[in-house]
Amino acid sequence: MSRAVEESNRAMLRARDAMDRAYAEPLDIPALARIAHVSEAHFIRTFRATFGETPHRYLQRRRVERAMSLLVETRRDVTDICFAVGFSSLGTFSRTFRQIVGESPSDFRRRGTPTNVPSCFTKAWTRPSSFG
Amino acid sequence: MTMNAISRSQIYVLDQDEALDFYVNKLGMELNTDQDLGFMRWLTVNLPGDPEREILLEKPGPPAMDPATAATVRELLTKGALGGSLFMTTDDAHKTYEELVARGVEITDEPTERPYGIDFGIRDPFGNRIRIGQMFPRA
Repeated sequence: MSRAVEESNRAMLRARDAMDRAYAEPLDIPALARIAHVSEAHFIRTFRATFGETPHRYLQRRRVERAMSLLVETRRDVTDICFAVGFSSLGTFSRTFRQIVGESPSDFRRRGTPTNVPSCFTKAWTRPSSFG
Repeated sequence: MTMNAISRSQIYVLDQDEALDFYVNKLGMELNTDQDLGFMRWLTVNLPGDPEREILLEKPGPPAMDPATAATVRELLTKGALGGSLFMTTDDAHKTYEELVARGVEITDEPTERPYGIDFGIRDPFGNRIRIGQMFPRA
């Protein structure tokens, strides 16, 4: 049983890493399920059981995290950043950003400060949490 | 303070033979010590030319931890939540990245320029993350 869990975890992690690499691309559940060697329905269910959130929610928060990083580390305008991280409309981006972060992208940019630590830690720790 | 070096670091692996193959044949590290101590297999690797800094590739299990705890460690490791991380430096991040891609290593992040240097991320076969960076001189 334990070995099966380990193999499933590792496959889900491999798929999640693929999402992290291609966060600006549309969510491709069939491709992710293939990476994990499971059916699409099984992938969504198992991903949620493994990481505590759906693939869609994970990707949404990854995109917002990447937007947060670009807002404080670059001078690119908000619309440009919205499309760069994978949102297809500024309205959806602004609404999602505010819902997850609690303030608008512009307000976040005003008080944000760039970090100078390895980006894997930044990505892991600044991805806005839905776990409370 | 009289401490002067970090001589050994440790990460958990699920299979020490597979770990040895990955760290030596894929990443290009060297076997430092492979010794059966009876209670455990002491397996360490180091970067070429740097034998004073070893990485212990430890397999979680009894008697160091009970079977249930070992299973938890293994489950956390495979979902990338155990926290094991290695940070290595290179003179040329892009070249090292291409070499590792050619060897089939799992890439988590492609080379990106950051304030501290150019770095990218990989995972070992078990879920540990490894960061490889071409660091800029510190100001």
